[in-house]
Amino acid sequence: MESLINIFVKSIFIDNMIFATFLGMCSYLAVSKNVKTAMGLGIAVVFVLGVTVPLNFLVNEYFLKPGSLAWLGKDFEKVDLNFLQFIVFISVIAAVVQLTEMVVEKFSPALYGALGIFLPLIAVNCSILGAALFMVGRPYTLAEATVYGLGSGVGWLLAIVALAGIREKLKYSNVPGPLKGLGITFILVGLMSLGFLSFMGFKL
Amino acid sequence: MAEVAEKQVAEPIFSKKNRKLLTDPLNGNNPITVQVLGICSALAVTVQVAPAIVMSIGLMLVTAFSNLFISMLRNTIPSRIRIIVQLAVVSVFVILVDQVLKAYVYDVSKQLSVFTGLIITNCIVMGRLEAFAMANKPIPSFLDGIGNGLGYGLILVTIAVFRELFGSGSILGYKIFEAMNITYTGNGLLMLPAGACMMVGIYIWIQRSLNGYREED
Repeated sequence: MESLINIFVKSIFIDNMIFATFLGMCSYLAVSKNVKTAMGLGIAVVFVLGVTVPLNFLVNEYFLKPGSLAWLGKDFEKVDLNFLQFIVFISVIAAVVQLTEMVVEKFSPALYGALGIFLPLIAVNCSILGAALFMVGRPYTLAEATVYGLGSGVGWLLAIVALAGIREKLKYSNVPGPLKGLGITFILVGLMSLGFLSFMGFKL
Repeated sequence: MAEVAEKQVAEPIFSKKNRKLLTDPLNGNNPITVQVLGICSALAVTVQVAPAIVMSIGLMLVTAFSNLFISMLRNTIPSRIRIIVQLAVVSVFVILVDQVLKAYVYDVSKQLSVFTGLIITNCIVMGRLEAFAMANKPIPSFLDGIGNGLGYGLILVTIAVFRELFGSGSILGYKIFEAMNITYTGNGLLMLPAGACMMVGIYIWIQRSLNGYREED
């Protein structure tokens, strides 16, 4: 239990998707103009990460890892399908995103109105595939992988809402012309990332 | 005049229109600084020059060839499932690049870690597929892919040169300052992702001051 809490806190603050590994930057910069839409996208990311990371964990454990097909019988013990990792992971992610979109559209039109346009965007958000690939590189169990997925999502949500808040206020400041928009946003993200570096000192 | 007319009939690979496809993404329509695509990897792999170069070449090949193939298939792909079809095509090329890197430049491949895999979700590839390859003929699409790959590479290598030179005092692993007998203590900030972010911000500032592009907020 203790290790789960550690992983959760670590994935939110210390290994923050945005500030430590810079994953999912494209939608991060594009959709952070106001807090409300940022919140919508952030929640969708938390949900998709929470579902796809454990799902990809199972796929990796029972299909892709060298020797993981042993449950099919002795002949399959030496099969190594690792080279298919990328295509299988991205298919799982795209399928989950598509399914979620359909289910949400059918059962909760209100939620669909709020999240709908963001869901297709998420399939190509690097943080989703990135989390799956990081998860494979670490010795996680199923529970730990789930917590890691959720934590990374919450970290991403925190980052995008914070940036959106700052950008809303930035409208009233006098930024030099060529730096307006994208330029100043990059510098802002750099400064925020420096702030998050201070979490690195924590040993969990 | 006769020459021009002749060129238009045959539409050679290096016609004016096609050359524009190659050069536009270098400055006026740069994938990173103007279209805001493919930022994640640009920040993550630019600590040293060598991985940045390898990454740019990989991305250029993936973009160019997936553009080519999607453009050839563009009339047969049903629009509802086009994203998954595109992802499948892209990941085939990414797997090829990844396997080649692992076989021939294992060290660099280790340094790039998950970022070779993340070419699949690199927005440049998806963005160009959606914006260009779905609506254009194969050869212009291929050139558009090469052009955007070059534009991406230009930014990556520029930033990597600054970060490696001032961050660790070397270029491509060659200790420049030591060779010139200057004692130089590396600037730690540039080695961090935060430093990369600010570098990109400053690059955009300089580029937009020069070409006069302004963003209305």
